[in-house]
Amino acid sequence: MQKEFSIIGKPVALVDAAQKTTGLGKYTDDLSLPGMLVGKILHSPYPHARIRKIDLTRARAVQGVVAIVTGQDAPTSYGILPIGHDEHALVVDKVRYVGDNIACVAATTEAAAENALELIDVEYELLPAWFDPEDSMKAESNLIHENKPHNIEKEYHHVFGDPERGLAEADYVAEARYMANEVTHAAMEPHSTLASFEFDPQTGKQGRLTVWSSTQVPYYLQHKLSLVLDMPMSQIRVIKPLVGGGFGGKSEVIPLEIIAAVAARAAKTPVKITYTREEVFWAHRGRPRTIIDLKTGVKNDGRITAVRARVVQDGGGYCSYGPVTILYSGALLGALYDIPNVQYDGYRVLTNKPACGAMRGHGTVNVRFAFESQLDEICAHLKLDAAAVRRKNLLKPPCVTVNGLRVLSYGLPECIEKVANASQWPVRRGRLGRGRGIGMACSHYVSGAANSIIKSDMPHSTVNIKIDRDGGVVVYTGASEIGQGSDTMTAQIVAEVLGCSMKRVKVIAADTDLTPIDLGSYSSRVTLMSGNAAQRAAEDVRKKIEQAAAKKLNCSQEELVFRGDLIWRRGAELENTGEQLRAQGRIEGQILRESVLQERKEQDARDHLSFEEAVVAAIDFSGTLTGTGSYAPPADARGGKFKGAGVGPSPAYSYSAQVAEVSVDEETGQVTVHKIWAAHDCGRALNPVAVEGQVVGSVWMGLGQALQEEMIWKDGLLMNPGLLEYRSPSSVESPEIETFIVESVDPEGPFGAKEAGEGSLAATIPAIANAIYDAVGIRLREAPFTPERVLAALRAQKSQKKVNMTEGVDPERPVSFREHGGSLCFRGKGPTRHPLDPAVREQSKAEQPSPVGGDD
Amino acid sequence: MKKELIELRVNGRIHELAAEPNKLLLDVLRHDLGLTGSKRGCDDSSCGACTVLIDGIPMLSCTLLAASCQGQEITTVEGVAEHGGLAAIQQAYGRWGGAQCGYCTPGFMMTVKYLLANNPDPSEEEIRNALSGNLCRCTGYEQMYQAIRDAIEAERKGLAASSR
Repeated sequence: MQKEFSIIGKPVALVDAAQKTTGLGKYTDDLSLPGMLVGKILHSPYPHARIRKIDLTRARAVQGVVAIVTGQDAPTSYGILPIGHDEHALVVDKVRYVGDNIACVAATTEAAAENALELIDVEYELLPAWFDPEDSMKAESNLIHENKPHNIEKEYHHVFGDPERGLAEADYVAEARYMANEVTHAAMEPHSTLASFEFDPQTGKQGRLTVWSSTQVPYYLQHKLSLVLDMPMSQIRVIKPLVGGGFGGKSEVIPLEIIAAVAARAAKTPVKITYTREEVFWAHRGRPRTIIDLKTGVKNDGRITAVRARVVQDGGGYCSYGPVTILYSGALLGALYDIPNVQYDGYRVLTNKPACGAMRGHGTVNVRFAFESQLDEICAHLKLDAAAVRRKNLLKPPCVTVNGLRVLSYGLPECIEKVANASQWPVRRGRLGRGRGIGMACSHYVSGAANSIIKSDMPHSTVNIKIDRDGGVVVYTGASEIGQGSDTMTAQIVAEVLGCSMKRVKVIAADTDLTPIDLGSYSSRVTLMSGNAAQRAAEDVRKKIEQAAAKKLNCSQEELVFRGDLIWRRGAELENTGEQLRAQGRIEGQILRESVLQERKEQDARDHLSFEEAVVAAIDFSGTLTGTGSYAPPADARGGKFKGAGVGPSPAYSYSAQVAEVSVDEETGQVTVHKIWAAHDCGRALNPVAVEGQVVGSVWMGLGQALQEEMIWKDGLLMNPGLLEYRSPSSVESPEIETFIVESVDPEGPFGAKEAGEGSLAATIPAIANAIYDAVGIRLREAPFTPERVLAALRAQKSQKKVNMTEGVDPERPVSFREHGGSLCFRGKGPTRHPLDPAVREQSKAEQPSPVGGDD
Repeated sequence: MKKELIELRVNGRIHELAAEPNKLLLDVLRHDLGLTGSKRGCDDSSCGACTVLIDGIPMLSCTLLAASCQGQEITTVEGVAEHGGLAAIQQAYGRWGGAQCGYCTPGFMMTVKYLLANNPDPSEEEIRNALSGNLCRCTGYEQMYQAIRDAIEAERKGLAASSR
């Protein structure tokens, strides 16, 4: 075979880069259709209320209003998971969070729609609301969903090995509560959907529906639209234009996507809805606030004997991806290292807040923060080196972890090596003086879920290729480009297999009429699954070219080499003349007149063909030149048989190790991250620039969650629904990030590639926490590590009082301001509350704000 | 509100159009002129995705009244490509992965264009400060710095070549 790749592994610009830098690329909100109306949604001002009556009379009278739709116009429930069909595009009986969707006005102008919203009269019957998951779990009445007792969406209890014995055998057992507050994707593009019906020429009524939407999952959107609108899927076309970032926030069907279609059906003309930034925060589906009670047993040499975790997630008002999130938290807890005994109790709890869903590093991030922090605490207690303890607990692949995950490639040891060397870990850890420190943490993530959401045997990805006489290669893939480089990856793989230039390859993606089914861009599945499908499709079409080329060149198919837009017989001396031939081939290929072809035929036997010549020969030979390939995860990568075993298994896992260097200002509590060394095992870097971009982006997003990002709630009302208040890091707050790509070449991945887009995020938060400990000796168990939390911990350290930060108790707390992030400082007026609301009762019981938090 | 006739000079071309006096420049660019390159990413002028140059100064078009920009030279991202080809910074952003999802990129293009026009050799800190009004959620900014340095280098080489 060829010694090296010609396209794979070389940095290339994203195929759509120029579209983005010139502003010519179209995102959903950039599209418009003749006669298009603007849709605006009425949201609930109450966290939990029954809807008694909706009166549209006054709103309908507003000039410019064409249609108003409510829950009655689309009463079918849906949800991303088949077990969680608990949402309506527009509510039918009650609202479950501030921001829940009640009605939608379609009008000729935005101003008219907004005026009409003001005039919709809704009569509510307020209900007691639940905001804290641990309170909510005790609920007996006023349940958020009647069929979910105690407001528990799902609970799972997993035992692997013998955790009791493991903990008994341990020389030291660490136990603590960790908490990570709620964060959201805040993708730069607000959600947007444009829906348009065509008239059916036979019936004269509304027929086919086309939806353009900012989605990561066009196929699931098509599926849910079909369900709610009661139309066959074949009558619905979903097109994904450019998407301005997703991070999981667009990986399920967001209410506006269905509302736009329902409104377009009622208005009988196209309707576009684009969320405001505030609405994006309400739509949410981010990472839930997570409470982790973690217990880890170790031998004196650092070998882990057992882990026991109880995890409670504050899931918000609807199911969303909830069961998957809580399962990922458990499945990935014990699979990074070799841990013989694991007990996991996970609770996904409903509260009257926007639903949480999937966010970059789905399910694993908060639990990884807890585990890697606790490992660091253990190292400090036993006076062991954090890198050495991690090395001591490595898996020995190929292997199957205690919870049934198959691991074939495992670049973690090399990742640890890289960051330890680069950061001079052995000589710098603990030796930078008070106020400055370094910390280490590791993480991992799946390369796509081995089991799909909708149970079926269909392939997870399919790719079709068509090549025509012009020598152009058109690739049809359902994979959703959301900025991660999926189209570029597809073009690279196809070009590599066919030995042609990237320029020849045109990728048509994510249009359900044109492209075969692909499950979408989530759980880091695209490179491995769509990449494999693309590789197989290209090999399929290459075989057809080979047959024709072998005839032309009078050799066997095995002797052919495809490279640089040429096909030659192995051994033919092309190295020196390659460039020249390539140039020739291109010019001739573009013309491809019959006369040229004739001339070719008359020439003597040659030892090479240009790509076009081979293509034309193949088409002459077989009539058409198309290929197809698909990918389904292998049976032995699909995990165990226990309840909940479906989440966690993946064809391959990525690995990361990171070291963060921070300084802590003890006057202000400000933590500054100076540098992060991040090594990521992505199997093989198909496009190193894109891999680095994904790793840096993940680390950076983790940094935001570690230091400043947090959704702050007051009685179910989001206090910071804007980019300014939510405070994702800007360029001045972003440290230097040095990346190291580790290539473990996974046997399951296309050219050995695994995921790169999510795995690094989870390591950043604990790496920073551990660095803060190294700097000033405080252990922060609640993220984000805001100046308030850092100061509280520093004061506790000085006064030597025990402070459990996760319960908001700080005896040294100044009375004038809220110490501990979050809700207590907002004891002002929230939305109107039901008199029996637990929070109201609590308030009347004790007029003084109690130092024990937790009504958020 | 009644529309009034206004005249805007965008990317060197004069456009005459009727717009309400309270209409924002961003909406006029996107809806009336079809220049959808400038994006709306927030409600409160915090993200910078709508940045345009007004007489060479970067401004947020989501908080400017279109009528107030009459008589000024408005440059949008559509006007950055020079001489029928990508500008050095546009090419560099592609090469270095400065744009991932690309939604914030038009705003960054305008900010960087202003930065380099006024400070052809900025330090790392100057670059960071200049970009701090634009938010990006994908890249972590790291690859943008490389792209900007690369563009400066390319411009310098280009200038050297043309002065030869």
